[in-house]
Formats: sequence, C-alpha cells, structure tokens
Amino acid sequence: MTEPETEDIVLGLRDGAPAAIGVSPFALFIGIAAANAGLTASQAAGMSGLVYAGLSQLAMTDLLAQQASVVVIVATALIINLRFTMYSASIAPHFRQLGTVWRWLCPLLLVAPVYAIALNAFEQDRATHYGWYFLGVALPMWVIWVVGTLAGMVVGARIPSEWQLDFVVPLIFIAILMQFVNDKATVAAGLMGGGVAVGLGGLPFNLGLLIATMVGIIAGLVVNRGQL
Amino acid sequence: MSAPDGQLVWVAIVAAALGTWIFRLSFVVLFGYLEEIPPRIDQALHFIPPAVIAAIIGPSVLLVDGTLAVTFDNERLLAAVVAMIVAWYTEEMLATIAAGLLTLWAFVFLV
Repeated sequence: MTEPETEDIVLGLRDGAPAAIGVSPFALFIGIAAANAGLTASQAAGMSGLVYAGLSQLAMTDLLAQQASVVVIVATALIINLRFTMYSASIAPHFRQLGTVWRWLCPLLLVAPVYAIALNAFEQDRATHYGWYFLGVALPMWVIWVVGTLAGMVVGARIPSEWQLDFVVPLIFIAILMQFVNDKATVAAGLMGGGVAVGLGGLPFNLGLLIATMVGIIAGLVVNRGQL
Repeated sequence: MSAPDGQLVWVAIVAAALGTWIFRLSFVVLFGYLEEIPPRIDQALHFIPPAVIAAIIGPSVLLVDGTLAVTFDNERLLAAVVAMIVAWYTEEMLATIAAGLLTLWAFVFLV
C-alpha cells in the first residue's frame, strides 16, 4: 500500500470514529432486543453483519418474536430498506472513477452516517483515493455494529424481565418516528399508518402492517399534493 | 415465549440481506444505465419511514391482547406518550429511551 492510500485510510478512520462510537448504544439495544426475542448469538450477529440496517433489524426482530410469516418479515424489512436506493443514487457519482471491485464492495457497507460523512468528504475533496477513505469510515462502524450487537445479547440475557426492557424497541421507534415527522404530510403518513395498523391488527400474518404502510405512504403523498 | 424457528430466522436474514444489498448496490453498479430516481418514486420513499414506523408501534402500544386499550391502565401507552413528547423536543434518542423507561418503571413499580 502506498503512502497516500494509508493517509486516506487514516483520514477515514478519524472522520468516522465519532459516528462509529455513536452507534454503539443503538447496537447494544439491537442485541438486547434480539435476546428478548429469543434469537441466538449467531442469528443476532448474522442479522447485524448481513442486513446491517438498524431500523429493519428491529422490525424483523419484533416480527420474529410475534411468529410472523417469513414473507411479511422480509417484505417489511425490504420496504424499510428501500431508502438505501436513495443513498445509492446519491453516492453513485463518487465511484465513477473507481474500479469494479470498489463499486461492488463499498456500497455493502453503506449506512446513513457513512453516507453523510462520505458525501461531505466527496464534496470537499478531502481524500485523494476515495475508495480507501470510504473503507476507513465504513469498516470500523460495521465491526462495532456486530460487536455491539453481541455485547447487547450478553447484557440482555442478564436483565430481569420485570424491567420490561423489550419496551426499549418501541421507544427507539418512537424516537426515530419523531425525527421523521416534521410537516403535515409526514404527520398524515404517521397517523394513517398507525391508525390502519391498529384497525387491521387482527389480520393474520401481520398483513395489517403492510397494508397500513401503503395507506400511510399514499396519505403522505395526497397531503403533499394538496399543499403544492 | 418460544424462540423462533432457526431455519425461518436464517431464511429471513439472508433474504433481507440480499434485497438490501441490491438496493445499496443499485445505482452505484448500474451508474450510466440509471441516472436518477424518478421524482414521484423519490417522494413516495420519503413517506416510508413515518408510515412504517407508526404501523409497527401503533399496535404494540395501543393494543393489549388484541383489543384497543386507550386507558390509564395501559402503562406502556402513558410511557410512550411521555417518550413522544421528549422525542419531539430533544430529538435525542437516549433521552427518549430514558424518559420512556423511567415513566414505565414509575407506573409499574411505584403506583
């Protein structure tokens, strides 16, 4: 490896460190939720390492605990993760000058904080070799995510169930939900999504969840249209 | 509560991982064939998080054993409301989680 490439990796490590440390509590909660749902350590680590997307992992864990069908679990995870296409579209120009291996490898490590840091670095022309910089930012975060999950599994198993730590999962969802709800259209999406889900709560295979999501999206689009 | 079936878990993990990898790789690998996301689809994507998250937590907080429980007996609902207010004002995840858990514990252990 050449000098400039090492420098780019180190720069990536430094730029990414705060975010990597910042996701560790979230990873711990993912592990705790997995323990509460009855997942094994390898299943939890597998989900964190392979799916590597917190929101969808929480949803999958939740649904697995409810004995939902595999179709609904996967469909829900994929609907939640559709936003990665947005990150992909936005970051695609960065890889224009890099080779095939980089194009196939780097996006696998793409998550929201990595996206934000890499985008910023690209626009400021921070790194000479973008690929090595990207790895410096992205790899530690992935490692911490998996290790944090396992740590959470250990912690989760030792906590008494009277503490209702499984309630942490809806709380994380609430925290994230309020970040996304910031105008009339998103409020509509949330209200309709939640309302329809409660109304259709009795449907088998958690189909109510998927239908409610569709209705929520449509509600958001409608309110959005009405304001234009 | 029994643990979910091992095979089902791994099928779900691998299928979700494959799909998510495809999403992540999509525009990077196909760059040149796909220029950008059509604006209408982009707009729809924007509403997925609030819709799906609300759809997930709605039943878990408002339904107890399948029936609507919007009463003061539903401690989780009260804790969730407190958490929502804290989330709205602080936008801090740890503060939200702490507020929700503390409220729940106060009702469960003290009241």
